[in-house]
Amino acid sequence: MTLNQQRKLKTILTGLFAWTIALVLFFPIFWMFITSFKTELQAISIPPTLFFEPTLENFEIVQERSDYIHHAWNSVVTSFGATILALIIAIPAAYSMAFFPGKRTKDILLWMLSTKMLPAVGVLVPIYILCRDYGLLDSRTALVIIFTLMNLPIVVWMLFSYFKDLPKEILEAARMDGATPWDEVVKVVMPLSVGAISSTALLSIVLCWNEAFWSLNLTASEAAPLTAMIASYSSPEGLFWAKLSAASTLACAPIVIFGWFCQKQLVQGLTFGAVK
Amino acid sequence: MKRLTKNTLAYAVSITAAMSAASSFAETQITVATVNNGHMIEMQKLTPQFEKANPGIKVKWVTLEEGVLRQNVTQDIANKSGLYDVMTIGMYEAPIWGERGWLQAVDTSGNYDANDILPSIRGGLSYKGTMYAAPFYGESSMVMYRKDLVKAAGMEINDRDSWEHIRDVAAAVNDPSKGIYGICLRGKAGWGDNMAFMTAMANSFGARWFDENWKPQLETKEWKDAVTFYVDLLTKYGPPGSSSNSFNESLALFNEGKCGMWIDATIAASFVTDPKQSKVADQVGFAQSPISVTEKGANWLWAWALGIPAATKNADAAQKFVRWATSKEYIQLVGNTNGWAAVPTGTRASTYQNPKFQKAAVFAEAELKAINSANPNDSTLKPSPYVGVQFAAIPEFQAIGTTAGQMISGALAGSMTVDQALKSANKSADRQMRQAGYY
Repeated sequence: MTLNQQRKLKTILTGLFAWTIALVLFFPIFWMFITSFKTELQAISIPPTLFFEPTLENFEIVQERSDYIHHAWNSVVTSFGATILALIIAIPAAYSMAFFPGKRTKDILLWMLSTKMLPAVGVLVPIYILCRDYGLLDSRTALVIIFTLMNLPIVVWMLFSYFKDLPKEILEAARMDGATPWDEVVKVVMPLSVGAISSTALLSIVLCWNEAFWSLNLTASEAAPLTAMIASYSSPEGLFWAKLSAASTLACAPIVIFGWFCQKQLVQGLTFGAVK
Repeated sequence: MKRLTKNTLAYAVSITAAMSAASSFAETQITVATVNNGHMIEMQKLTPQFEKANPGIKVKWVTLEEGVLRQNVTQDIANKSGLYDVMTIGMYEAPIWGERGWLQAVDTSGNYDANDILPSIRGGLSYKGTMYAAPFYGESSMVMYRKDLVKAAGMEINDRDSWEHIRDVAAAVNDPSKGIYGICLRGKAGWGDNMAFMTAMANSFGARWFDENWKPQLETKEWKDAVTFYVDLLTKYGPPGSSSNSFNESLALFNEGKCGMWIDATIAASFVTDPKQSKVADQVGFAQSPISVTEKGANWLWAWALGIPAATKNADAAQKFVRWATSKEYIQLVGNTNGWAAVPTGTRASTYQNPKFQKAAVFAEAELKAINSANPNDSTLKPSPYVGVQFAAIPEFQAIGTTAGQMISGALAGSMTVDQALKSANKSADRQMRQAGYY
């Protein structure tokens, strides 16, 4: 086998491997999508049916029973609200840690990350009681605050890993020209990091959009986002796979479309920083 | 001057009248938490009728998965958050929460006709004679079987057959090569999953959860016999992967024509006889649950009921809603709107006396018989200190039942022996009861 042939074979094998992984990852979404067009009986049939007469009945039922727009709007407000708030806190934090590291910066970063290791249920009761006492139960404000705190460590870490790779000389030059720290962040660091900030924001939005634990525990009817709507289609006594799939498809659709448009930034974001 | 005073007075009176009228029409919003079961969805659809009859009340619905609902409403009621005004609870919670003062007593005065509610259901939702949740629909357990398969195998199934006979029928019907399994039963771990079935079965073997001193009894011969029989029956004649099957999985298998028999909640009868859902709708027969040494506790009793938390700020509106949703008139409304086969059953004697219902629901007689034969206050052969057929209505039972369910599910999956499973379950139950200060 010549070197050229070897290279070709390697490319084919790598491609094949990548496609296999991609298909395995995509399969549950594909299955959810086609199940949403089945009847309940087709949805549970064993062996599963791949070819069937599609029906829109499940979507009609979901539309009839749930106020999709209300739930979707709650998801949009909480995801975007929490992401914006997290960025407002994280950009200055990451800036100071990246450009003015102290003795304990690394420890602080690790400590921040360690809060992600605590199971959420461990703090459920105190947070629930705080929300009750401040009248925040079933409010979007509570979800925005919780989502912000939940994603803050990841947002700070992502931004920090990008900021620390920025050449310090640029900031020094700006300072020579009389830039204040505010100018440095707003006029130098942020414009240089648009890709990093947008991919971090996108990741944060996706994480908020998919969050279910706090959404289910802290909301009832007014502030319930799409994850709560999906949960309402599970039934202890009755068939529900097709309707659940339709609700899930409707819930996933906006964020999948949004992600599709932003995939360039997402890929860029996932490859920046330490592994660049 | 006099005229001015008169006019001013007239304005003042009319403004006051308008304000009081406005305040009397101020809308009260109640939030109802429920599960996604068919009957609840129908209630949701019919709610505009309630709102029409009660112009000052608006109903908001929160539908949750059963486990999440249980967690959320417990959190809400224990912390007195007042997030929900009406909550769907079960027969397990009602007496416990009633005792703790977490629920308001249901207003049964006037034309509500509480005496029409089936006595066993009413008893299960009461604490010291006061009903703390109104039954929306009730259920027991019974045998549902394929008449065609059983007949073809030259067998028959009757009320209160012995477990040995059920095993013989399962063996005769079992034909895995054609995708037909003799019997489908719950195997998925959980106090409301496999343990609901297992407890009723064990009751019929003469077992009980606790003795008179609250000592767990899982290592007794009765439990060993029952669990050994169950594991043997399902391993030989059950579908593969039974240890992960609960109501919905078995329902799917039965509706697909893959089960010769299925012993589960009576509510399943309306699904398996519905041609839209079931491939075997016209071939289903019903019989009372099998027994071993006693009929006591051989079939379970459960009710989905509507309770009003003590912390609600809209008690009057909540009471009105609960009385409406659990009334005879509501059942009439569902019957007239969606047909009599779709009415919520298992709550009122008048439903079963209705000729239209009798005609529409082929399972009516079997269901009523099952519900009436279950007595949560006397469900074990030997005396026991607890209320409940397939559970013990004490706060510790959820954890104890779920641990036992995991062990028995493990025995069914073959990861441990029945003796090991019951020994571990008993040890865990003993620890929980000791910690809770029962002895």
